[in-house]
Amino acid sequence: MVLMQVIVAGLLIGAVYALFSSGLTLVWGMMNVINFAHGEFVMLGMYVSFWAFTLLHFGVASFSLAAAVMLFILGVLVYICLIKRVMRGPMLAQILSTFGLVLVLRYSAFWAFGSTFVSLPEDILGPSLNVGGILLSAPKLVAGCVALAITIGMHLLLTRTMLGSQILAVAENRNAAMLMGIRPDRMQAIAWGLSGASAGIAGALIATFFPISATVGESLGLIAFVVVTFGGFGSVPGAMLAGLIIGLIESLSAFYFGPIYQDVFVYALFVLVLWIRPRGLMGKA
Amino acid sequence: MMRRSGWIALALVLVLFPLSFDNPYYEQLGSLVLLAAISASAWNLIGGYAGQVSVGNAVFFGAGAYMPLLFYKLWEVSPLYGFPAGIAVSVAIAIVIGIPTFRLSGHYFSMATIAVAELIRIVVSNWDFVGASIGLTGPAVARDWTDLVFRSSIPYYYMFLTVLTVLLVMTYCIERSRFGYYLRALRSGERAARSLGVPVSRCKLYIFILSAVFTSLAGSLYAIKFGFADPASGFGILVSVNMVIVAALGGAGRLLGPLLGAVILIPLQSETNTLFGGGGTGFTYILYGGIIMLIARFEPGGLLELWERIRDRRASRRAVALKEALAASLPNSQAGR
Repeated sequence: MVLMQVIVAGLLIGAVYALFSSGLTLVWGMMNVINFAHGEFVMLGMYVSFWAFTLLHFGVASFSLAAAVMLFILGVLVYICLIKRVMRGPMLAQILSTFGLVLVLRYSAFWAFGSTFVSLPEDILGPSLNVGGILLSAPKLVAGCVALAITIGMHLLLTRTMLGSQILAVAENRNAAMLMGIRPDRMQAIAWGLSGASAGIAGALIATFFPISATVGESLGLIAFVVVTFGGFGSVPGAMLAGLIIGLIESLSAFYFGPIYQDVFVYALFVLVLWIRPRGLMGKA
Repeated sequence: MMRRSGWIALALVLVLFPLSFDNPYYEQLGSLVLLAAISASAWNLIGGYAGQVSVGNAVFFGAGAYMPLLFYKLWEVSPLYGFPAGIAVSVAIAIVIGIPTFRLSGHYFSMATIAVAELIRIVVSNWDFVGASIGLTGPAVARDWTDLVFRSSIPYYYMFLTVLTVLLVMTYCIERSRFGYYLRALRSGERAARSLGVPVSRCKLYIFILSAVFTSLAGSLYAIKFGFADPASGFGILVSVNMVIVAALGGAGRLLGPLLGAVILIPLQSETNTLFGGGGTGFTYILYGGIIMLIARFEPGGLLELWERIRDRRASRRAVALKEALAASLPNSQAGR
């Protein structure tokens, strides 16, 4: 029964990983630009939720929305001010630019909000539930289900709507898309916005059960990289599957070996994937 | 490239620098600048010349810093014995990262370096054998000279200068060798280089191993200078960031770029740290991040390239002015053409 509980908890957190990783895989697969600051986006989503709750007394649904909107705007701004300029430059410039962004965002948050952890009240989504002997905390249950739904929604948005087709068309061939009357810059800005929004919502969901600090983005960002590589870059369903698997591995290794080693297993898996199957679970060859 | 007089002047400044002050602060600062220049020049081999951006070179630095201290802790031998051990560990790690990722596009390499660096940092911070989160310390008082413990910074300064010179001479030779041309080719177009018969993956692996060796050496030198290493100062992500930003500011893929970057950034860092006190570290990183973004956005070639462009523009303007002056003074001649 305890094992069952560990597995369910792992899958729920894995769904949240899948959500913010699908944002990362979107911009990576589309523009071949890695956003090293993606974990920082999640961290900012957590802080937006915290302050919206504390100062404006927003509920969970409304502060999640607020985080999504704020991070959408941030994503678009980062694209326009930074990425658009370095995208076709040398790779050093691409990697440096988002790496610099990491330092600025992380330490500005550190400076503005201090080094102490803050958290939302534990009972923000009600008490724990007992489902057939498995004890589930309500925030994790809600976070997992909502994250899964939004990730699927994102996949549908990309594959079933006009906007999604336009985004994918630009990813496929920028010039051909332009000849079809699609504005590549606008599509790429929207992709960055969506990527930011996914990180924002994921941050809001994580904030309901996890302490918030300026440095939380570091491990979350690395998890996002592992998920994206494992799933195959550019593939939202791949990220979803990989996110669930990695949540599960983390949860099980924390259960058997202690929480300190959960990240060790995740990074070791990453190196293993690079050796054995570098294109990931669902990546194109 | 620089003229011979320029090289001689540079060498004189570097050799005479610690002798011209009788001030331990400047001696210390000078040795820190050289240490940063060594590790940034080592990064420059893989990140600058080969164009493969490693953001986890701290793992080699940390291995190099830990091994001498670990040898001292276990067997109370001179830290010097740990130098080759650190290099051996670093080479092994470089091979583990390099072999799978050098077949793939460059982004995989960047991410693999950061993931392996983090993996090892976490293991080291929780492993009591290597001092867990407290780290390791070296001999406090020299038993004989092989412990390399000196009170003044001057012996360290010259030690660092020697290593830096060796590294730069080697880089200079590589720049001019067939291997150097291979590297330049693969940096500017991997597929094109491969189709011309450049053994791309092997070249990348070799230069990465060389970079690991010298980064590890920089770590060992750090360990004997400060007599201690902990997970943050050895394996921390900011150690890697420091190497990248120092090299990129001066000019990545240029022989003297890292040295120039170190001369500018290390005193700046030391000033901001004294200015803002203990709470200033956060601010230093914000500043660093801002500088990195500005370099990437406006001057990806670094300061050396900027300077060369300004010089060329001024030279061409002078040539035009000269031509016009000639044309004006000889109205009937063909000088204007």
